[in-house]
Amino acid sequence: MKQKFDIITDTCVPLHLDNVDTDQIIPARFLKATTRDEKFFGENLFRDWRYRQDGTPDPDFVLNDKRYGGHILVAGKNFGCGSSREHAAWALAGYGFRAVISSYFADIHKNNELNNFVLPVVVSEGFLRELFSSIEADPATKVTIDLPSQTVTDTATGRSEKFPIDKYKKYCLMNGIDDIDYLLGNKNKITEYENKIK
Amino acid sequence: MNTLFDKIWDSHVVSWIEDGPDQLYADRLYCHEVTTPQAFDELRQRGIKCFRPEKIFCMPDHNTPTHDQDKPIVDPVSKKQVDALTRNAAEFGLSYFGMNDPRNGIIHVVGPERGLSLPGMTIVCGDSHTSTHGAVGAVAFGIGTSEVGMVMASQCILQRKPKSMRIKIEGKLGNGVAPKDVALYLMKKITTGGGTGYFIEYSGSVIRDMSMEGRFTVCNLSIEMGARGGFIAPDETTFEYLKGREYSPKGQEWDKAVAYWKTLKSGNDAVFDKEIEFDAADIKPMITYGTNPGMGIPVTDNIPEESSIPEAGRDSFRKALDYMGFHAGEPMIGKHVDYVFLGACTNGRVEDFRAFASIAEGRHKAAGVTAWLVPGSWEVARQIRAEGIDNILEAAGFEIRQPGCSACLAMNDDKVPAGKYCVSTSNRNFQGRQGPGSRTLLASPLAAAAAAVTGVVTDPRTLMK
Repeated sequence: MKQKFDIITDTCVPLHLDNVDTDQIIPARFLKATTRDEKFFGENLFRDWRYRQDGTPDPDFVLNDKRYGGHILVAGKNFGCGSSREHAAWALAGYGFRAVISSYFADIHKNNELNNFVLPVVVSEGFLRELFSSIEADPATKVTIDLPSQTVTDTATGRSEKFPIDKYKKYCLMNGIDDIDYLLGNKNKITEYENKIK
Repeated sequence: MNTLFDKIWDSHVVSWIEDGPDQLYADRLYCHEVTTPQAFDELRQRGIKCFRPEKIFCMPDHNTPTHDQDKPIVDPVSKKQVDALTRNAAEFGLSYFGMNDPRNGIIHVVGPERGLSLPGMTIVCGDSHTSTHGAVGAVAFGIGTSEVGMVMASQCILQRKPKSMRIKIEGKLGNGVAPKDVALYLMKKITTGGGTGYFIEYSGSVIRDMSMEGRFTVCNLSIEMGARGGFIAPDETTFEYLKGREYSPKGQEWDKAVAYWKTLKSGNDAVFDKEIEFDAADIKPMITYGTNPGMGIPVTDNIPEESSIPEAGRDSFRKALDYMGFHAGEPMIGKHVDYVFLGACTNGRVEDFRAFASIAEGRHKAAGVTAWLVPGSWEVARQIRAEGIDNILEAAGFEIRQPGCSACLAMNDDKVPAGKYCVSTSNRNFQGRQGPGSRTLLASPLAAAAAAVTGVVTDPRTLMK
């Protein structure tokens, strides 16, 4: 979904684990879908952590913890490692997450989030640690992600940090434009390149 | 500056966006059935065709059963996904190696094997293990489905240029130390996220002495360090491997190609963003004990004590051991094994079957072990038969199945049941990777064979002649 991103202020879901791989975000058995049904993927986000083997919700998993909610996921470092499956980004978007905050993201997954208008927000390890503390101390803690100014603010501590995003992707997210739109407008250059390398 | 990575990447840049990504031309796009249906839909919705259909090659591999491939797929959902690829390839005019085509197999085994993946190319596929093709000296990396759509629409992808890293491994590998052990060792050292943002060039005497099969294994696992890809400068081993393959250049074109490929190396003055060197003597046969591929140890070592794990990682460490049913500080040798899987884009080539057979020969599969031996392609299956490896394995009580991704990610019927232990030559030991609740121990084909004939985790060196 091309949902434009500007500024959001919301509570967060803290997923206090490092190296969360895309097999956990959406297990392989859900990749057999041939359509991009975000509702289906969202329902199965973190399926095997969210539900026990008998199909009942696992109360120990944070998505089932009634204290936490909101459209921002806060996760440990190296979020989205492993498989390139874009279904992971579809599942995050389908569940309703608009942004994920971590100290770093796996490269392919980061692009997948951006291509689905879910904003990966890279913060320092110190900021991430404090953010987890704020949220875990008070689940009502709100965080503001301001894409135009590229800042993320922990309203509990008042602390802010600037996050990186390239100008092009920022423009795409703020205006609901994707890469195919750009590339289709650039075909002459591609043919020119092909002629040059012949 | 002036690295081989720079040379290949820069020569494929069509244009660049200021403070944004490069528009990179892709020489090849490989498509399997799992990550492409939504990309084909995107093209249909926009009413566009594939821009350069002759550069796109499709084959199913993830859902394919490893038996009775001449019959329709029984699982209706898997069948629907494979059928969708068959239809899409026909509709968009793309080359297609279907399930009954003798060229079919795992896309990362087939690409090089057909001579489709060549030195100096840029290669993309909606699959993180696309890094495998780097072994021929190509810049190859995995992409998401939206990006697959981009390449279909324009043969280009918008991508920021990664940083470059060189990993040198000097010396000579010890007896029983396989290319897989080299990769597991690197993953342990660099960690599962340490390569993030980088493209890796592998070099040094260990890599130079390595066969193409071994190089595919090492490059395949680059992504498990978080690197976008990994590659090896092409040399005589590469040329020898590619010569005469179906899509490799022929005659004068071949000579011209080799002359060009010989220029593909990092300059003596090349500057990498990061350089790391390892000593082959430090690398032992490895096995993983946890739930990411960086959690490996020499097979003869004990699982680390919690106190040796950095404090920030202890939660994840405990969670991993809890899932695996292991305890800190205990030995891996002697641990019970229920399943053994030989195959995947990591270790599904003929050399891997040779290695497995070298230990299985004259022995017998342990009672209680279920073994899945799955060639990476029909071509590999033919080689196995031609060399008589099938006879050795069958005499030892093993059955060779039909090609596909199989138990690497268990999208077909080859699922490890919950709670069971599988010594696997695949690439990921993530929770539930080989089936919900499955417990995976990653290892080399030698170590997998040692586990298969003893029923417990075993140092393969103790069974080698």
